Amino acid sequence: MTTLPDFIRPVTEGETVTEAPAVEKAGWGLMAEFDTPAQIMAAAKSARQQGFRWWDTHTPYPVHGLDKAMGIKPTILPLLVLGGGATGLVSGFILQWFTNATSFDFWALVPIRGYDFLISGKPLLSTPAWIPVMFELTILLSAVGCVTWLLILCGLPQLYHPTLRSSRFARATDDRFFLVIESKDPKFHPERTRAFMESLNPMSIETLED
Amino acid sequence: MGHAPKSITLGEEHRAGPEIRALGSKASVVGVSGVALAAILSFGGFLGGSPEHFFKSWLFAFLTILTICMGSLFFVMIQHATKAGWSASIRRMAEHVTSNLQWIWILFLPFFFLVLVGDGGKVWHWMDPAHVDPIIEGKAGFLNVPFWTVRAVIYFVVFFAASKFFVGTSVAQDASGDPRLTLKMQKWVPGFIVLFALSLTFAAFDWAMSLEAHWFSTMFGVNLLAMSFCGFFSLFCVMTFVVQRQGKMLNEVTQEHWQDMGKLLFGLGIVFHAYIGFSQYMLIWYANIPEETTWYLARVAGPWAPWMWFLVFGHFFVPFVLLLTKHTKRCKPVMTAIAVWMLLAHAVDVYLLIMPTVPAEALANASDWADFAAGARSGSIDVGYQPQLTDLLLLIGFFGFLVSGICRSMTKAPLVAARDPRISEALAFENM
Repeated sequence: MTTLPDFIRPVTEGETVTEAPAVEKAGWGLMAEFDTPAQIMAAAKSARQQGFRWWDTHTPYPVHGLDKAMGIKPTILPLLVLGGGATGLVSGFILQWFTNATSFDFWALVPIRGYDFLISGKPLLSTPAWIPVMFELTILLSAVGCVTWLLILCGLPQLYHPTLRSSRFARATDDRFFLVIESKDPKFHPERTRAFMESLNPMSIETLED
Repeated sequence: MGHAPKSITLGEEHRAGPEIRALGSKASVVGVSGVALAAILSFGGFLGGSPEHFFKSWLFAFLTILTICMGSLFFVMIQHATKAGWSASIRRMAEHVTSNLQWIWILFLPFFFLVLVGDGGKVWHWMDPAHVDPIIEGKAGFLNVPFWTVRAVIYFVVFFAASKFFVGTSVAQDASGDPRLTLKMQKWVPGFIVLFALSLTFAAFDWAMSLEAHWFSTMFGVNLLAMSFCGFFSLFCVMTFVVQRQGKMLNEVTQEHWQDMGKLLFGLGIVFHAYIGFSQYMLIWYANIPEETTWYLARVAGPWAPWMWFLVFGHFFVPFVLLLTKHTKRCKPVMTAIAVWMLLAHAVDVYLLIMPTVPAEALANASDWADFAAGARSGSIDVGYQPQLTDLLLLIGFFGFLVSGICRSMTKAPLVAARDPRISEALAFENM
């Protein structure tokens, strides 16, 4: 039993109450459920043709060609990985050059001084000996950079998502394919978007709450 | 997705046409005339030719195409060992290269002949009794002519048997469509890989490393394997391009397969090759032991130095940067152009393995690096630097033989293993 806030007057006897007109709730978005990868491909193509921008598909496994059908732009991840690798290569060189083949010092919180190491009569600047370290740092920063940038670009870790409130959506990890259009999309309209989804012959349509 | 055909019905686009046949006969003419011209130059003594140089040059040309064929055999075997599905539609193209291992021993016969008449020392100095010293004497248990000959025969038997088994069984499946043949190849492939690895490693020791019998490197075998990858995957791209230009195999070798062929050339032929090559160099450079550094000194101090720098940039840096992105790997003409370049780099690589000689005495007597380098450049110290027309003629000639062998194999069997049980997987293959 909920208590009403005191600014609401209880309905007195004999008073007629007019019901407010039913407003279609927009919610966070609309979700359509499909049974086959072919259907989700067709749905993605239509959604793209309709000009939606804030929408996504959810599938249990990678569906080949779906990203093309959705018109997803190529990722910039490879360039970021290249940047990570180049950073590793250059920093590996500078690290060894400064610590092995220089004798100047500078102040970085504490005084840091390079030292001329003469090792088995090799030249101070011995690139062949340094290549393994440069190589490993290139690999390390590429790999760590790749994972880090992947998480950042995907917005991960993400602890909550409105789709997770739907009990049907659990099957996105099993055998169902979902098309979700968010209500913040400029083309979104509660009825027209629902009608569009119905035209795709989904198994079900659900309104997602935030 | 869902558009790729599920099976292949053999048609005109899966069989070599008259163009391939014509290319094959042209290539044999090139092969025979290249070798004939080289022989005339060398044995007639024109343009500085000599029989000694001819045989070394022959070894260079032979190893250039042998590594390509060994690379193809390794590729085919790995597909069976890993039960690869993606490659089922391109494997036959590799098998057409592998089939050349059935006749390639013929090109080695001159060496058997040379050894038989006791002139093996013209190529491998340890075979010449005049050159025997305590170090070579100590290796006589392994480095002696009878054992060397037996080993060479064993290598060719292994290459022949592996090629016959994998190509033959695959072609037999075209007729019967029996999936048990695939299982049979999977069952035997591990054993063949072990035999192949031993044969390749010891062939590298016997034919290339023992050219300088005082020197040794345990990485020499795997170095030759890396060279085989480079040679084969380059040729793979080029031959696929040529076949597809004739309107064949267009649905069977897709852009997805091209990208993976590019990945293999990039990962194994360029990066792995550089990794192995540099590892061998760095260990020897770092230890700086005279008996080990001689082999590299002959190559980096004198007139061979620009060739070594060519390998560093032409075989590694430039193609590495070009092939980093998937866009070059997915673009057939660009990929083919890089592959042609890599074939050239591969030939230079083998050339640098075979031709330079180590002047042991001059190295012992030289006061320092600069002294030795100046002597090597001026020619007073002989590091075997005499590039000749013979080398080029034999290289072109042997490539002629290889191309003609591939074309002949293509006219005998279809261009695709149409009834491989994994063919549908290969046709639907996608990278992304």
